[in-house]
Amino acid sequence: MNTAAKMPTPPADNVINKDTQLDKTYKYGFSSDIEMDYAPKGLNEDIVRLISEKKGEPEWMLEWRLNAFRIWQNMVEPNWAKLGYPPIDYNDIYYYAAPKSQKEKPKSLDEVDPELLAVYEKLGIPLKEQEVLAGVEGTSNVAIDAVFDSVSVATTFKDKLAEMGVIFCPISEAIRDYPELVKKYLGTVVPQGDNFFAALNCAVFTDGSFVYIPKGVRCPMELSTYFRINARDTGQFERTLIIADDDSYVSYLEGCTAPQRDENQLHAAVVELVAMKNAEIKYSTVQNWYPGDENGKGGIYNFVTKRGTCKGERSKISWTQVETGSAVTWKYPSCILEGDYSVGEFYSVAVTNNCQQADTGTKMIHKGKNTSSTIISKGISAGRSNNTYRGLVHIFPEAENARNYTECDSLLMGNKCGAHTVPYIRAHNNTANLEHEATTSKISDEQLFYCRQRGLSEEDSVSLIVNGFAKDVMQQLPMEFAVEAQKLLGISLEGSVG
Amino acid sequence: MTELLNIENLHARVEEKEILKGLSLKVNAGEVHAIMGPNGSGKSTLASVLAGKPGYEITEGSVNFQGEDLLEFEAEERAQKGIFLGFQYPVEIPGVNSMYFLRTALNAQRKARGEEELDGFDFMDFIQDKLELLDMNTEFLKRPVNVGFSGGEKKRHETLQMCALNPTLALLDETDSGLDIDALQIVSRGVNAMRGEGKAIVLITHYQRLLDYIEPDFVHVLKDGQIIKSGDKTLATELEKEGYSGLTNETTAA
Repeated sequence: MNTAAKMPTPPADNVINKDTQLDKTYKYGFSSDIEMDYAPKGLNEDIVRLISEKKGEPEWMLEWRLNAFRIWQNMVEPNWAKLGYPPIDYNDIYYYAAPKSQKEKPKSLDEVDPELLAVYEKLGIPLKEQEVLAGVEGTSNVAIDAVFDSVSVATTFKDKLAEMGVIFCPISEAIRDYPELVKKYLGTVVPQGDNFFAALNCAVFTDGSFVYIPKGVRCPMELSTYFRINARDTGQFERTLIIADDDSYVSYLEGCTAPQRDENQLHAAVVELVAMKNAEIKYSTVQNWYPGDENGKGGIYNFVTKRGTCKGERSKISWTQVETGSAVTWKYPSCILEGDYSVGEFYSVAVTNNCQQADTGTKMIHKGKNTSSTIISKGISAGRSNNTYRGLVHIFPEAENARNYTECDSLLMGNKCGAHTVPYIRAHNNTANLEHEATTSKISDEQLFYCRQRGLSEEDSVSLIVNGFAKDVMQQLPMEFAVEAQKLLGISLEGSVG
Repeated sequence: MTELLNIENLHARVEEKEILKGLSLKVNAGEVHAIMGPNGSGKSTLASVLAGKPGYEITEGSVNFQGEDLLEFEAEERAQKGIFLGFQYPVEIPGVNSMYFLRTALNAQRKARGEEELDGFDFMDFIQDKLELLDMNTEFLKRPVNVGFSGGEKKRHETLQMCALNPTLALLDETDSGLDIDALQIVSRGVNAMRGEGKAIVLITHYQRLLDYIEPDFVHVLKDGQIIKSGDKTLATELEKEGYSGLTNETTAA
């Protein structure tokens, strides 16, 4: 591989701004001085090969990627969402950036570069198993896979989970160590040609998590992946695959942050979930990518395909998302309800402030009999932002007695923002029972004054009112993350009143 | 007598409309004042201006509260300094239960005063006797603030908040409106429990009947943005008989 030999000079400024904090409202906006290993900018078959080689992948995986790349080349970027952004130059992006210290993957946490551990510590992400096991205050019962730009740098509690047969590891490791499982499920929920961004991800995905819960096992800890984009001009293409075998249960959470930079950065992820008979997967997201500054400069472009299949009877997939970050969000976590009596849920809070744009929602595809789905979407718009709920409820002809309940509520702050609701319903079976409710409201001056008269600051008042509005969704979050997410809602809206 | 509140020649307007036109009023610690007057005389505006509601422009005059220029402070700072407004129409806050709301408010005030905040357990101990005083129970605290409350429940909830926040100066805006006799008695019980040295209450009311339960030290008549008459509680009885129409501006405020 000739390209691998000639590493380009890393961008000269990827080491300046060490730990600078530019904007008080985005406390994760610092960038870190980590020596990086880059693939050359741009996208072509050589880059795809290079990524595959860097990951030490088998031939079948490379072929899979190349196939996806060829599909992608013949696709066009979708433009149906209510989003506006300048054209993305896919050849002006680094598709691979990894900390140099990670060249030889550390075998245990003790071997991880202390500089990297320091970054996670600063982000408040506990990567120290000993402390968690010893019950050190402030740590919680969560196993974490930490992904830094294009590689997983640490995964905690792997051994403890392995005792129960639970596999929790970076997907790059799973491709090497559990090829049969990966081959069996990868791309079965989101096919390579599903959409433009998914195809791109299939070609160049770098890391993400792999989870397998064996039959009858209730995963004893929350599993969590923490994604951090650090390098400049670099895209992050995460790939996550979660399989819950018969009668199993897992709760999984992802979090993400990125430094504050003036240019936009691309994040195009694919997440696939498979729930077998009687299995339940609860997938929660707290998305806090850098949203750009108040004038819309910088921020992450977040184009994500998340989908789960309820394959088995009485299986259940539940998506909960709190979306506060990113300049542009394009994301529709969906459920394909194949198994009879299977259940899909989507709980979403999407906050947009300043110049942020979000077009987000879900698809509930009812195929099995007696399937049911619930959609609760809470959109909060402030500043000059635009917030769109876009959702599809699709009842197939064979889906007898399907039920859906949809509730879309929008809350507006100020008079320069927009809230939009675009529900699609396709019912091809007369026994379906579908309900749709939608409301739009504003935070009133009366509510604010009422809270302030009781002694709350204006910002605390907004936070209180907004959290009340979003309560039905927030209470779906795992306990460990609910408090943090509540704070995040308040912080995201700082400066939006007055 | 310690002076708590001194309003002098206060002029206030909303947009282009002048509503308070030279209002003066002094309130000392330990006193209960009733302010009565016809609709549109400026009663609610007075309460809003004192509590710091945005949207009012003060064009003239001053308000001194415990030696400080009250008009300098934001609404939340006034609350933290001990001013409480019982609202005529308390607003709904969906999804926020009363217990969380009240504890958050109490802790915001305690924090501002440099006192320790109460956790959930301490708060339950703290609120218990106040609930009992107002014939309320903890189930009530689990309901979202003012959502689906009856008129009487809203006013009891306002009174509960007052008892919990324990203000130096309580401004009660038409606390009696929409209450039946039973509820009126309960609310009055709460207000009377608030009376005490170092504190004052200003009752804004339309009707004399509230004053059967809460006996004021002074009664003032507000008309067309000014206090046109002041007296003791017998003035209220007089007003009930004669109405406001016969009154003209014959005194300046006490």
